[in-house]
Amino acid sequence: MKRVIDTQEVAGQSPNYLLAKFQDLINWAVNSSRANSLWPMPFGTACCAIEFMATAASRYDFARFGMERQAFSPRQADVLICAGRLPFKLAPVIRRIYDQMPQPKWVISMGACASTGGIFDNYAMVQGIDTIVPVDVYVPGCPPRPEGLLYGVLMLHKKIKGESLFDGVPRRREQPLDEKGLRLSPETIDEISEPFGNSVHQFRSA
Amino acid sequence: MNPTVAALQATFGEGTAIGRALVARDGETVVYVAGDRLLDVMRWLRQTPGQEYDYLVDVTAVEYRDRERPLEVVYFLRSLARRADLRVKVELAAAGDLAVDSVCGLWRGADWLEREVYDMFGITFRGHPDLRRILMWETYAEGYPLRKDFPLRGRFSRAEQVRQALNANPEAHYSLDELSIADAWGDLPEDIRERLRRGERGKIPE
Repeated sequence: MKRVIDTQEVAGQSPNYLLAKFQDLINWAVNSSRANSLWPMPFGTACCAIEFMATAASRYDFARFGMERQAFSPRQADVLICAGRLPFKLAPVIRRIYDQMPQPKWVISMGACASTGGIFDNYAMVQGIDTIVPVDVYVPGCPPRPEGLLYGVLMLHKKIKGESLFDGVPRRREQPLDEKGLRLSPETIDEISEPFGNSVHQFRSA
Repeated sequence: MNPTVAALQATFGEGTAIGRALVARDGETVVYVAGDRLLDVMRWLRQTPGQEYDYLVDVTAVEYRDRERPLEVVYFLRSLARRADLRVKVELAAAGDLAVDSVCGLWRGADWLEREVYDMFGITFRGHPDLRRILMWETYAEGYPLRKDFPLRGRFSRAEQVRQALNANPEAHYSLDELSIADAWGDLPEDIRERLRRGERGKIPE
């Protein structure tokens, strides 16, 4: 999208004013502010959380990208970072945390297990947290290195900066659970939970 | 061979209450005990001077790939004073009812260990004070995950598993017993007691 419509030179000086749509100005101001001051809600369940801690610590330091303050309360958080595998027993917990976060909110799924179930294609593990909450950025890796998570954060910045406040719909519709308590249709959940890679060869005894 | 075995055979009679004994590959002695005499044997091991197995390290169970073989419940005993170890095994026919007497009365630590065996193998412990699932949630309906006939990915479809997980109440895993509210009743502040009386945390156990 071309944001700057025109620039004008005045009296031989360099261009010192520009014309742009007011909406673009608002979008730029609001979205830059949001993107550059994300408050993450860490939801660390496994080894990915160790890499998450490394990302937050001095060497990698995601405070450089505006994530200075980690919100350990979902009510003061913008972005939920699920770092690690999610067992079914924690599924209602992460859903409740997500529901408690105020809009606008985003979700980063960190690592193979959070994104797909990873090596845990078994009876106890959620096969991707996108069956529970909507996900904005998936960071692959087992676990991802801090650079990977930082790249995911920068991708999220890019996504936030591309959003519009004026497209006539709420930034993201709340996606309440349906009457069955599901976010997606059962067919969709079954489809995205299909085994893949090595796990299709797994012995299935019954 | 552990001298305890000879003492056991002298006390309870070889062949009936005390089955075969062998030395495992790691050098520890394993002795098989008939299920109906388990409590007598365990009490003797716990209380007899010179035996004093005062520490129950672990309770677990084994199901062999050969379905004809019985399941085994394994008790790892240690005498802290004598620095001696003993493994006691009870065989349960896979076709019969999988039940064995609880040793909670002898070692308080058996409580959660036996709950885990119940949760994973479906073996019931007669006389256990609070035999509920401990790792899986209490409404888990798919069976006993460590049994050989349990499919790796569980019995239900992924969509059904997600639905049941999301409909679970995350706070229902903690009973008032575990939170020791009943024990601490006298120490609680009056406003908390009033809230509990109104039923905010469910029914207060007597």
